[in-house]
Amino acid sequence: MTGAPLGDLALVVSAALFAIGVAGVLLRRNVIIVFMCVELMLNAVNLSFVAFSRTHGIDGQIVVLFVISVAAAEATVGLALILAIFRHYESVDLDLFRRLRW
Amino acid sequence: MTEFFFFLFAAMAILSAIFMVTQANPVASVVYLVVTFFALSGLFVILDAHFIAAVQVIIYAGAIMVLFLFVIMLLNLGSGVPADIRRGLARVLAGSVALALIVVLTRLVLGNPGTEALDPSALASVLESKGAVRALAEPLFNRYLVAFEVTSILLLVAVIGAVVLARRRAP
Repeated sequence: MTGAPLGDLALVVSAALFAIGVAGVLLRRNVIIVFMCVELMLNAVNLSFVAFSRTHGIDGQIVVLFVISVAAAEATVGLALILAIFRHYESVDLDLFRRLRW
Repeated sequence: MTEFFFFLFAAMAILSAIFMVTQANPVASVVYLVVTFFALSGLFVILDAHFIAAVQVIIYAGAIMVLFLFVIMLLNLGSGVPADIRRGLARVLAGSVALALIVVLTRLVLGNPGTEALDPSALASVLESKGAVRALAEPLFNRYLVAFEVTSILLLVAVIGAVVLARRRAP
């Protein structure tokens, strides 16, 4: 094989995906898309865990299972919050959400 | 051959992630994110995580993204929404933060001994002898049993919380 091994390349791909997620959070105002960018960052970290688990044993993959289940819980609660906020503001624009209590 | 598919899936994941961020239509963004998740699942197969790859397709691409799509449909954000991408300084900020992050993390990865310096076949032999599911299940239900049970309680709390939050308040 030429160049860097696949495990290291996977870490570079993971870094790129994480950076794209951060850029999306900074760039978008639609709260649902910001939320999707957070999911993308979680997946980038999952890719790192899987790449490391090739050499450090199976534990990395078990952590990925936990991350996926916590992400599912986070998605349900987050989308319910978005629904509740949308009923009040009639919008999903993050810049409007300045008060947490009304 | 393995390298070819690795680069194919990696390019697919990164390109569709970029489209996800730059696409104005939320539904198109969701579809691009699903493509990213499928490509990541392909990468997981190449990196010897077969069970994780299946879970990725079933839970992320199947369940979580359908939930996002469902909320977008429910809030009627599919079309005719004004573009929500920030302009001016925010673009420069987002681009430079992302670029700095890529440079720092890549240098961290390539400057160190790397993942393959240890034992590239450590996991492969375990998977060979036990199979993909059993290798994952044995430690999950022994050493990580407490964490597993706590996760199940977390999921229950999330379901109840979602129902309470999304319920219409009585007038």
